[in-house]
Order: sequence, then structure tokens, then C-alpha cells
Amino acid sequence: MSGRSLSLYAVLYLVFIYAPILLLPVFSFNDNIFVTFPLKGFTTDWYAEMAANAPLGKALRSSLIIVGPVALISTSLGLMAALALGRSPIRFKAVIIGLLMLPLVVPTLVLGVSLLTLLRGVLGVQLSLATVAAGHVLLCLPYSVVILLARLDGFDRSLEEASLDLGQSAFATFRRITLPLMMPAIVASLLLCSVVSFDEFLLAFFLSGADATLPLYIWGSLRFPAKLPSTLALGTCLLVFSVCIVVLAEWVRRRGAPGSTAATGL
Amino acid sequence: MIGLWHRSPAFRGWVLIAPTLLILTVMLVIPLGMLVAQSFWTQTGLTIDRTPGLQNYALLVAPEGAIYRTLLVKSLWISFASAFVVLLFAFPVAYFIAFHVKRSKLTWILLVTVPFWISYLLRIFSWKIVLGFGGALNSGLIYLGLIDAPIEALMYNQAAVILTLAHSWSAFAVLPIYVSLQKIEPQVLEAAFDLGDSALQRLRRVILPLAMPGLLAAFLLVFVPTMGDYITPSLVGGTDGVMVGNAIATLFGKQNDAPLGAALAVATMGAVAVLVGLILVAARASGLWRNRS
Repeated sequence: MSGRSLSLYAVLYLVFIYAPILLLPVFSFNDNIFVTFPLKGFTTDWYAEMAANAPLGKALRSSLIIVGPVALISTSLGLMAALALGRSPIRFKAVIIGLLMLPLVVPTLVLGVSLLTLLRGVLGVQLSLATVAAGHVLLCLPYSVVILLARLDGFDRSLEEASLDLGQSAFATFRRITLPLMMPAIVASLLLCSVVSFDEFLLAFFLSGADATLPLYIWGSLRFPAKLPSTLALGTCLLVFSVCIVVLAEWVRRRGAPGSTAATGL
Repeated sequence: MIGLWHRSPAFRGWVLIAPTLLILTVMLVIPLGMLVAQSFWTQTGLTIDRTPGLQNYALLVAPEGAIYRTLLVKSLWISFASAFVVLLFAFPVAYFIAFHVKRSKLTWILLVTVPFWISYLLRIFSWKIVLGFGGALNSGLIYLGLIDAPIEALMYNQAAVILTLAHSWSAFAVLPIYVSLQKIEPQVLEAAFDLGDSALQRLRRVILPLAMPGLLAAFLLVFVPTMGDYITPSLVGGTDGVMVGNAIATLFGKQNDAPLGAALAVATMGAVAVLVGLILVAARASGLWRNRS
């Protein structure tokens, strides 16, 4: 394989990956209710229609209500778990990590129906945004732990040992040494958990009550061709939001880890 | 207690991880355990008979359960094909980033991983726009004069599901393959070259075997979760591309037979586990994959 044909292939691969997604913004500005080429003309009507849509606004509020708590809870739990896994001599670490990663391997559909059975059938809990948020915490935990654990492994442990040797308590060492060093990863975890929760559809599909989140709203409107252009506009907004947050998270994480080439953003 | 907190690092560790373990137990272990328990119950009308029995599994292997077996096999095939396509697409890119990109490696890695964070629903929705009967591809080809009438066969079939899954999950694959390629020492490649291997021989005899852990990881990272996919077959699958996840969702929902749905979910995960086990055993036996530290 020559270098030139490989670079050509790599560029084609990026086109394959990005082109379908980029059609969303392209058609969201197209003055045509159908998503067909040739493009007819530039319009922002679909964005105006989107902004005037009351149920959509309500779905946006629902999504925003849960994003903050989900990110905070997942990252706090993830930080505690990462400290235990990375700094404490506890046993069964491999089992715990395997369990933590399980939500990434078990089909979300199966998680959804299982949680639904437990919540509705056994505990008799009323489905609401709180149950969606609880499900999202479960999905966010693996990402949070991976990001935080990578950072914990990435800095020199002797800094913490020096602090302990100089008479600082374990808590003071955490607050004055570990926490500041972990901060880039904590911010990255908060941001990425927000993205996961904001974009998540399938668990919300099973665990939501009367309040729809934004992805649920999109799912519902896919059935109505007349709503397609405004759904494209909404999709474009979500797209821009996700990409900005992810790039920001990567930037924060890397800035905090100078010289690090480890890419654990996935 | 406070004394123990100060004296024992292991105690501190368990206290720190306790809330996470509690959540994992309540929201993961117990629900999955209940799913298994439920698969032995029976739905009779609106009530559930909790006498344990194997009747749901009996139905899945009986002649009446043929539809579920067909769906299961079809899903295995679709996931297998998707994972294979992902490897084909992703390997050259990982190879390119590992061996040909010199300064902007991180940018390339960011470029191939960002789509992973874009809403899964939107990624699949975008393929609906591309492949639809009156969609972007058909209208584009007509506009360019390459076809006269829209091609119906683009969407609502297995090929569309495989393509869409491969697109959605390829971000999962580049990274593990890249990591395993990155570990190959340049001297090994030079040695193969010096000893007279052509580029193709070197790829087959040196690079591919050494990259096998990454390739295998990438394959499984796509194969395992796609088996239970629901969104992709629902949006672009049609009747030909329907997968076992759709049947599970219907059984829990409209068909109101949660026990049978649970049995089907357990059977699906069991089939995946057996297949993954077989793949790992085969890879190990063939010497392509060794547990290297």
C-alpha cells in the first residue's frame, strides 16, 4: 500500500463518515419540504418553525433538566470509583471494572426492558424524568470512570506521596493535590456525560413517563413527513452542540495532560 | 469507623466505591437477574404466572418459534457482516494513522472519534435521508442524469442495515486497531523488508498477526452491541432488515408477553456469548491471538 493511495483512502473514509451527517445541516437550510437534490434555495424558515414549536421547547426543557444532575452524579460517582480503583488496595478490581463496563456491552434495549420491568413491575415506581436520569447515570458511568482513571494513572504518584509524607491528611492531599491534577479529566467527564445524556434515545424510550426528551421528540416527529425540515433543523442544532462540547472536552483533557499521546476519548 | 477510615486504605477504597457498586447492583445486576427469572414465567392474558418453567424456551425451539429463530440467525448474520465491514473500512485508516501520519496523529484520531459522540439516533436518521426513496442519493443521481427513476432497493433491506450499522459503529474500531498497530516496533517491519518480504507479504505475515488483538477487539466491540440494536432496523430495515431487537421490544410492548420477550433476550445474549467464546477459542487455537501483556 503506497502512502498516496492510503491518504486518499483515509480522506474518502472521512467523507463516508461525515457526509451523511452533514446532509442534516445542508437540507435544514434548503427551501424545500423534501430532502432532494438539487438544492432549491437558502432559507431559515425551518429554524423559525422549530423555535415556534411548543412541544419541542418542552422536550428541550426536559432534556436540559436531567443533563446537569446526570453529569454531576455520574462524574462524582466516577471520581470516587476511579480513586478506589486507582489508589486503593481493594480486591476484585477486575470484576468491578468488568461490571462497570457491562452497560457498554449489553444491548441498551435489553437494559431498557430490564429496568422497565424492575421499576414498573416490581418497585411500582412512576416513570418520569427521574427514571430516565437514573438510566443515563448507568450509561455515563463507564465513560466517566475510563476518563478519570486514565488521568489518575497519567500523573506522577509521588506528588501525592510527598504530600502525605509532609504530614497532610489523606483528605487534604486529595483536595490540594489530586483534585487540581484531576480537574481537566473531571471537566471532560462532565462534558461528555452531558453529551451522552442529551443524545441518548433508547433508555429514555423505555424509562420516560409523560415528559419526552429531545431525542424522543425527534423519534416521534420522524413519522410525519411535514415535520421533516424542522426536525432537520433540530438535528443540526443537536449536532453542533455535541461536536462543540466533544471538541471542548478533548481540548480541556489534552491541555491538562501535556505530552500525553494516549487517546482515551472513546 | 473514623479510625478505620484513617488507618486502612482498603476500607477507604470500599467506602469510595460503595455508591457505584450499589447503583450497579440495583440498576444492572438485579434487573438482568430479573430478566432471567422472568424468562421462566408465563404470561396468561393480563396476568403473569410466576411458576418457573421452561415453556418460553420450549416455544423458541418449537416449530411455532421458527420466526424467532429466523430473526436470531438473521441478526447474528447482520451483526457479523457489519462488524466485518467495519474492520475492512477501519483497518486501512488505522494503518494510515499509525504508519503514515507523522505530526497530526491526534487530529486524525479526534476526526475519526468525534462521530462516536454524535447522537446515535441522528446518525441513523441521516442514512434515512441518504437512502430514502425520495432521498438525497436517488434525487442526486437523477439530477446528475445517472438514473431515470429512483432506486427502491436502497432502503428497507438488510444491506441498508449493515451499511448503516457499519457507519455508526466504525468510530469504535479505528482506535483499538490503531493502538495495536502503534505497538509494532519499526525494527520488526524493517526486518521483514530486509529479509525480502514484499509489502503485501509483510502485511499478511507480520502486521496482520501483530494487529490481531486490536482487530479482534474492534470486531467484538461492534458485533456484540449491534446484535441487540433496535433503532437501525426500525428506521432503515423494513421487513427484510428487521432484527431480534424489534421482536424483543414488540413482545415487551404491543404483544404484552414480557416472559417470552425476556427468554428471547436471554437467548440472544446467550447466542452472542457462545459465538464470542468460539471466536476467541478459534483465534487462540490458530495462534493468531495470544494473551500478551
